[in-house]
Amino acid sequence: MVSIDGRGDGKSLIRARGLGKTYRRGGEEIHVLQGLNLDVDPGDFVAFMGPSGSGKTTLLNLLGGLDVPSAGSVIVAGDEITHMSARKLTAWRARHVGFVFQMYNLIPVLTAFQNVELPLLLTSLSKAERRRHVETALAVVGLGDRMHHYPRQLSGGQEQRVGIARAIVADPTFLLCDEPTGDLDRKSADEILDLLDRLVRDHGKTALMVTHDPLAAARARLVLHLEKGVLVESVTAGRVP
Amino acid sequence: MKYLHLVVSNLFRKKTRTALTAGSFAVALFLFGILAAVDGAFKQGVDVAGVDRLVVLNRVSIIQPLPLAYRDRLARVPGVTGVTFANWFGGVYQDERNFFPQFAIDREHYRQMYPEFVVPDDQWQAFLTDKEGAIVGEALMERFKWKVGDRIPVKGTIFPGSWEFNIRGVYKGRRIQDDTTQFWFRWDYLDERKAFTKGLVGWYVIRIANPDDAVRLVKVIDEQFANSPSETKTDTEKAFAASFVKQMGNIQLLIMSVGSVVFFTLLLVTGNTMAIAVRERTRELAVLKAVGFRDGFVLALVIVETMTVAVVGGGIGLGLAKLFTLRGDPTGGLLPFFYVSPQSIALGLGLALVVGLAAGILPALSASRLRVVDALRRI
Repeated sequence: MVSIDGRGDGKSLIRARGLGKTYRRGGEEIHVLQGLNLDVDPGDFVAFMGPSGSGKTTLLNLLGGLDVPSAGSVIVAGDEITHMSARKLTAWRARHVGFVFQMYNLIPVLTAFQNVELPLLLTSLSKAERRRHVETALAVVGLGDRMHHYPRQLSGGQEQRVGIARAIVADPTFLLCDEPTGDLDRKSADEILDLLDRLVRDHGKTALMVTHDPLAAARARLVLHLEKGVLVESVTAGRVP
Repeated sequence: MKYLHLVVSNLFRKKTRTALTAGSFAVALFLFGILAAVDGAFKQGVDVAGVDRLVVLNRVSIIQPLPLAYRDRLARVPGVTGVTFANWFGGVYQDERNFFPQFAIDREHYRQMYPEFVVPDDQWQAFLTDKEGAIVGEALMERFKWKVGDRIPVKGTIFPGSWEFNIRGVYKGRRIQDDTTQFWFRWDYLDERKAFTKGLVGWYVIRIANPDDAVRLVKVIDEQFANSPSETKTDTEKAFAASFVKQMGNIQLLIMSVGSVVFFTLLLVTGNTMAIAVRERTRELAVLKAVGFRDGFVLALVIVETMTVAVVGGGIGLGLAKLFTLRGDPTGGLLPFFYVSPQSIALGLGLALVVGLAAGILPALSASRLRVVDALRRI
């Protein structure tokens, strides 16, 4: 269950309270997020929509520990991340967050296997265990036969699948997806959305997705609109139980 | 080791750029190797000089001789345990370009004075029984493809005439740095044939019982011959060799100057290349940090990449310098001892690492300080 009223149901995986982010540009203060509350339960699939500059990406950055808020707090799986040191936050991200980027952001000189293996290099897994995990992740995204291909040898949709495999390989607490279909044609976009849907439904993953695409947003269980730094709920047809 | 593929893959990302950067190191370290070999060749005499040997020269100049009679007087000085002498010959073998040092030596004591030069006993005996005999260093034998028994004609320049010598033996050095390009023949043969300066020798070499006593002995010897027609100037063998090098100019300063300019230029070129390389990979480095790699890891990754290029390129350059010097003296005799020593190779690799580190540190720091949100713009 997702809520934005600040009350939650006590089972929240992600809890944001009074979240604010202010940038200073020149002498002017820009309030990107203002007193935002959010509760996301395990297994939720939430889409964030809104006009450019509404703070969608800033919100994802804060929830993913890539940026620190000007006000408020973020608690994920019991960890208050807002006051963590940069070093601790880096380790926390490795353990809890799987990032899926619009531009895939694969490392072009590494094979699909090596790209997916990256987060596992930070663990104490043996080489054989890493191999097993990577093969499983690539099989989940349907690229078991493309392990040794370089990104340039893959289509956009396949690259994004590798990106998703990299995001899930270390079994993170939740996935943050920034416009995961923004750079894909409709067919590939649908395949990626199917995959995300399956990860949530069959594998119990929690996913938060920023998108401009209403068709993509429609695949989430809940769509939240950001307007002037404030969250506004809107229910997605056919998805909410 | 599990990160090795990251370094290797990044190095092969832009093969031409990596090859050119490594090439810069190779050229610089090749030059360093050659300069070090030249420096070593000039300093070789200083490095191998015996600490317990003094050289007694004519005070006027090195080309002025000393009386043979000084030998016994020197031998009687308390603290002196051995005396020998030699004379520069300065002949030409076939062509003036075929320069090599020729010494007319004291057949009685020269061998004992220089135990670092090894001559088989039977060959030395053959040398003693042949007035026209010669003992030749193995490098010189190799240079002219001579063999024992060959008769070598040498045209005298200081001592005019056509001189012929029979090679009776070959000496080897006990250490790699011992000069084996010399040609020795008997001083009594020279003294017998020369038309002037009979009974005079070029210089004396004396062995002293206690190297710590050298300063006192130098004074005692020179005072003994003061106010005589042939006053002496005595020095340690090391100081004598060093003064010889100084006559060529300040080689070390020249080498340091050239080397510094080359390495500084290399630092700028490599630093700039690495800065470009890091800028091109901003997003990738940001992704690494986003998925959990620490700032220190990113810092180390960039530095290790730079240092790998430096060591590989530098290693190739030093290897080529080593190969080049294996061909021997490129000057035809001016640098008889021309090689890249293991110390020079170690120093060269050390320099390459330092330059690699210095060139990589700023780009690496900027990579490690990268703010993920800025680099990605959006996650």
